[in-house]
Amino acid sequence: MASNGIRDRVAIVGMGCTPFGEHWDRSADDLLVDAIKECFASTPELSLQDVDAFWLGTMNSGQSGAVLSRPLALDYKPVTRVENMCATGSEAVRNACYAVASGAYDTVMAVGVEKLKDTGYSGLVRSNVAGDGTAPEMTVTAPAAFSLLDPAYCNKYGVDPQDMRDAMTHIAWKNHHNGALNPRAQFQKEVSKEKIAASPLVAGRLGVFDCSGVSDGAACALIVRAEDAYKYTDKPLFIKALALAAGPANGPMDPGYDYTTFEEVVRSSRDAYKQAGITDPRTQISLAEVHDCFTPTELVLMEDMGFSERGEAWRDVLDGAFDLDGRLSVNPDGGLKSFGHPVGASGLRMLFENWQQFRGEAGERQLQDPKLGMTHNLGGRPGTCVSFVSIVGPERD
Amino acid sequence: MAHGIVSYGAYVPRHRLQHREMGAALGNGPTRPGKGSRTIASYDEDSTTMGVEAARRALGTARPSAIHFATSTPAYLDKTNATAIHAALDLGHEGFAVDMGGAPRSAIGALRAAAATGGLAVLADLRTGLPSSADERGGADGAAAFLFGDAGEAIALVVAEASASAEFLDRWRVPGELASRSWEERFGQEMYMPLIKDAVSRALAAAGIEQADHVVISSPHTRSAGAAAKLYPGAVASEEGAPGYAGAADVGLKLAAVLDRAAPDQTILVVSAADGCDATVLRSTTRIADGRAALPVLGQLHGGRDVVYATYLTWRGMLDREPPRRPEPDRPAGPPSARSEAWKFAFVGSRCEACSFVHVPPVRVCKSCHAIDRMERIGLAKNEGTVATYSVDRLAFSPSPPMINAVVDFDGGGRYTLEVADASPDEVQIGTRVQMSFRRLYTVDGIHNYFWKATPLRVAEGG
Repeated sequence: MASNGIRDRVAIVGMGCTPFGEHWDRSADDLLVDAIKECFASTPELSLQDVDAFWLGTMNSGQSGAVLSRPLALDYKPVTRVENMCATGSEAVRNACYAVASGAYDTVMAVGVEKLKDTGYSGLVRSNVAGDGTAPEMTVTAPAAFSLLDPAYCNKYGVDPQDMRDAMTHIAWKNHHNGALNPRAQFQKEVSKEKIAASPLVAGRLGVFDCSGVSDGAACALIVRAEDAYKYTDKPLFIKALALAAGPANGPMDPGYDYTTFEEVVRSSRDAYKQAGITDPRTQISLAEVHDCFTPTELVLMEDMGFSERGEAWRDVLDGAFDLDGRLSVNPDGGLKSFGHPVGASGLRMLFENWQQFRGEAGERQLQDPKLGMTHNLGGRPGTCVSFVSIVGPERD
Repeated sequence: MAHGIVSYGAYVPRHRLQHREMGAALGNGPTRPGKGSRTIASYDEDSTTMGVEAARRALGTARPSAIHFATSTPAYLDKTNATAIHAALDLGHEGFAVDMGGAPRSAIGALRAAAATGGLAVLADLRTGLPSSADERGGADGAAAFLFGDAGEAIALVVAEASASAEFLDRWRVPGELASRSWEERFGQEMYMPLIKDAVSRALAAAGIEQADHVVISSPHTRSAGAAAKLYPGAVASEEGAPGYAGAADVGLKLAAVLDRAAPDQTILVVSAADGCDATVLRSTTRIADGRAALPVLGQLHGGRDVVYATYLTWRGMLDREPPRRPEPDRPAGPPSARSEAWKFAFVGSRCEACSFVHVPPVRVCKSCHAIDRMERIGLAKNEGTVATYSVDRLAFSPSPPMINAVVDFDGGGRYTLEVADASPDEVQIGTRVQMSFRRLYTVDGIHNYFWKATPLRVAEGG
């Protein structure tokens, strides 16, 4: 038994990403066409016909590979539709990479899309399996489920609730600050800390500004064998690690779980670091695109990923450690918070920020000489989730 | 008679509507506002859930072979409501469960049927009226349950009973209407008083007494109830009983209040004047002192949590408010609900025989030691618990936002995330002690989603 990884065996040679937002004028079909068109515009050596197989991630915007083959008029190519809740887009990438690494295909594409704004409801809408009506997920909304972290964290570490509130505010402020520098983000505006702290409550102490944006969008990546990468671009992005952990959902049943950590994140990041040969994530990783669905989530993730000591993330956040110019830039593109969260597309959007940063195309957000980057998705809720972590880099070791 | 009352329990919902609040909201409408209040069931309570709560208090560890459930506000028609009570009491599939629906007089039917066979009578009701009506103001919501069993075990025995029946238009309601209608009050009194005198005199004669020590009078006809109380005073000075007329639960709540205080070997005259009159004489036994309910009626009436009139109207479906921009929850499906009957209705989890880890809901593979199919059932409805963390959800679909959810760790093992009922956000924090209460989470497609919620344990619980 081993998680061997596929370090440096595949590379991304092209990407596309639509602006995320309330695209009242765009269907899921349109968003897919837009993202894929942009991708091939940057890789003139390749066309859609050269792609051997596709992995499409969408949580709720359609079923089967036909969601992609129909609007793109694909000629009888293999298209696999995948779903892993909020890690759906990352799951498409992971499986597409494995297909190339296995030797089954030379050139594949991972695509993610979500059309959320056609439902007419606030927040995400679940499609539930018929049940007995007792599951808390039926009635407890996502912000309420993640807001459970706040009082539990304060209680465990003796953090003053006002300090915790300030840390959550800082995370929202930072991600809005970064998103304001991103022309593709849903919210391209700085928001003052006063406004964030005073925003209308949604669940627990989470206000509107503590929640990620509900939006539409699509993104895609072209993936080839590492040895072929430089045929198509002089700045490929090499896959260093792909890790996934699905939890046994013990948290909601186990009084030993204290709602201040995601064990799935601990396990998947540990696996990813091992695959990538990372021994000190704090110094070896230059940017981390993490799943900031709600502000306390990002705070807890910093500890689960080893970027902060247990009980210290709130202090590191307030010290600016994870700001754009901090010791580790977290969500330099604005994150789910201000870039928006079209579920199936989010994992690929995170990869897209790495793509831009390592190619020096991140504009005002550009980091100096980044070494390794991370993307992270979390699907589910505290105690019951799947967690995905990838490590990428511009060099083949 | 072979059977007597061996135990009983009463349930008074926690919410109150102050008469002055009704008056203020309606600009001091036709009824005089005055002091006082009425009990109201919460939005997540109905006659079935309140019946379950009263029955749980009455039963302890007893397992009745029959449940006779009386209400004028059944949660379902065509489907028996007593089966949900039977399931919530974790009685398995053996036994009889039947509704005596419609008019408040069905309460007497349930009591007599239970007395005849040694079963459990469950009486529960919600009383509504048109805004500003005397019915709205003078009504009450609540439930009571009486377990009948061997005379040797009884705390009170039925000594005599007599009935009179007559057909006349005093009060009536077409199914589906929220309020009943009534004829001129003086006509009702004219009709009721001879029936009351007839039934009571026959019952007292059969019991061989001229005056009872305690008298319980219950009638939807307020004026007749008052007149009867003057005619038949109890020998023992009485205290104030139920806060208003509670329909099919009324006679039960009032009898429970008397059993809460009756001394051994005292007589109790129970007069129920509804479409006739049923008079019953009971005698308390020496077991009464040890057999009283843990939560007396008067204690439950004290305190409570006030709601504003608009909230009350919303809960009763008389005020349609803007819903949150969220989809309605899915309806519970029939087959999964049947498969998980013990879990959903009786809050039964599973405990690993290998490592003792408690699973809520029950599962087949142990979360702790991974043993497969080595589970035993463990009922958690009676267990108290502690809040591990919580959230006040302002986005969730709820008739009474915000919805409070708490992760509850049960004494003796087990954890589940539950909605908190009958509480304000400021009453819940980490460490808050809670107990379980059977509730109706929501209704979709005409299906009531019955399940359990947590309610804060109150120091003053029971007065």
